[in-house]
Amino acid sequence: MQKYLARRALFALGTFIGVSVIIFVVLRVIPGDPLVAILGVEGHAQMKPEDRVRIMADLGLSAPLPVQYGRWLVDIGAGRLGKSFFRGDTVADLILHRGPLSAEIALLSFIISWLVGLPVGILSAFKPNSLPDSLARALSVLFIAIPGFWLGMLVVLALLFWFGYKAPILVVHFWQDPWQNLQIVIGPAMVLGLAQGAYIARMSRSCLLEVIGEDFVRTARAKGLRERLVVLRHALPNALLPVVTISGVLLGFVLGGSVAVEQAFGVPGLGRALVVAVIERDIIVVQNLVLLYAVIFVAVNVLVDLSYAWLDPRIRYG
Amino acid sequence: MRAILRELGRFTRRNTLSAIGGMVGLLIIVVALAAPVLAPRDPLKADFRRMNKPPDAQSLLGTDQVGRDTLSRVIYGARTSLFVAFSAVLLGTTVGSLWGVACGYLRGRFDLVSQRIMEVLQSFPDLILAMAISMAIGTGLQAVIVAIAITRIPFGGRVIRSVALSVREMPFVEAGRANGGSALRVMAIHVLPQCVAPYLVLATTHLGVAIVIEAALGFLGVGVPPPTPTWGNMLADSITALVPPWWLAFFPGLAITVTVLAFNLLGDGIRDTLDPRLSPGFLRLVTGAGRSAPGAAPTPLTSPAAKS
Repeated sequence: MQKYLARRALFALGTFIGVSVIIFVVLRVIPGDPLVAILGVEGHAQMKPEDRVRIMADLGLSAPLPVQYGRWLVDIGAGRLGKSFFRGDTVADLILHRGPLSAEIALLSFIISWLVGLPVGILSAFKPNSLPDSLARALSVLFIAIPGFWLGMLVVLALLFWFGYKAPILVVHFWQDPWQNLQIVIGPAMVLGLAQGAYIARMSRSCLLEVIGEDFVRTARAKGLRERLVVLRHALPNALLPVVTISGVLLGFVLGGSVAVEQAFGVPGLGRALVVAVIERDIIVVQNLVLLYAVIFVAVNVLVDLSYAWLDPRIRYG
Repeated sequence: MRAILRELGRFTRRNTLSAIGGMVGLLIIVVALAAPVLAPRDPLKADFRRMNKPPDAQSLLGTDQVGRDTLSRVIYGARTSLFVAFSAVLLGTTVGSLWGVACGYLRGRFDLVSQRIMEVLQSFPDLILAMAISMAIGTGLQAVIVAIAITRIPFGGRVIRSVALSVREMPFVEAGRANGGSALRVMAIHVLPQCVAPYLVLATTHLGVAIVIEAALGFLGVGVPPPTPTWGNMLADSITALVPPWWLAFFPGLAITVTVLAFNLLGDGIRDTLDPRLSPGFLRLVTGAGRSAPGAAPTPLTSPAAKS
């Protein structure tokens, strides 16, 4: 197990380096002049050359690219994430202030997805092709197709119409006012959770159906176990692994999707901050936030792998 | 011709839903192509006498804040959205697939390095990678296409690689090699044709994802720049109002949902027909049996990571 852990950690470190290189190449090398990335082509052309030089030096953008990359990595290691070009905020402040809301949304949607998806999948697999099963499958196909941000817009519209919903303007943390905080995050979490739940329901249904055809399930039935026990005790644990996989992949979808869903609900989370930074071409902020999202995604996938090892001894000792 | 029709008939009987999806998808493509004929008004023409009108006889789906006809904009939006999605998927899946063939056939260090690059590309949530790329190369139609295409590359690469890996061991490939064919020639003549079926599966299943990414980029204001009507742009426009008129928020989103649903259903059917190995059962087999390292868990074809 320890060897396995070490190998996984090393692997993740390699991915981290790769991710940071890609971000650096995309945001610093491809646009050629980073000031073009910040100001756009027209804005860049309007600037006086000496201003350009001064700003470049200010931002530490005039050093050779490998040196810049090296400095960036050192800065990350030291926890210095740079600051916004247009505002005074440091990126670290931004993450600390906005991050918790987004993290809450992601976590809550993850919980909702399992709470909704797994039971629906199990019920579907109990009686395949029955009416409830067909209904569940139709709904999951639908929820997979509906873009979360649109569903979010519709929910906001409905709330606006019937309850006079107002988009949250200020960040309210859970430890400040749990009730108000929950009101902010529950909408996005529901929307994202239902879409993920649709995948989980579909996956758990098909995996359960496959396992139910196997010999050990027939044995369990043959020795007279009740159907419920057969499915929950014998079939389910053996069908769970791919569902865990898909749930890990889905977290990537939540990270990406939450950016758009936060916008739809007007939640002042990290996703909103990223969108604003992209629109303002604030590359230092974009660079570090994109890295953060990728790192979270990689970390989640490591956790998924570890949960495999926990769920399946063959991997642990293999 | 008759054989094709018979094949289609069988497909329809077995996968009625996906045949319906295919038909709806085709209809939407036709609508997009025939937009100048079908759209009742100019999608860009503002009419200040008719601003924010709810759906009525004159404009079936209402008008927006500057009096542009929503129906016409949704129809023209289909053009942009479908064009971007199709081009991006074609570009991304093709590049990824060719890369994957090369990886699977050549193996060795090239394969190893390529696999790591693709893993790294897949470590980004799709939407976020697309945002960063389109920011770097400038927000325009081409930039959005390239940005979405790049997020599709690793999916093509990894799936087609696994196909090429098994194809390269087949006798006819060996025969090609024994005939003295160069690696390039063997790949092009013997390996590539075997990858067509999975390529088609991949391309259709990713269409829906690409449409959603495009819409999300437009919605976030970093996609195809306005005033070009795209479904995402229209949704973005609608929420600039304090109380968004429901028809502006509803119809473009409905168009996205119906289109994605149609292509997803079609993709599912094609996958079931052409490539049973890529079904969830296959996924379970590979992950559940613990035969492969968990780090190399197969990538599901449909990328939920992009749904937003």
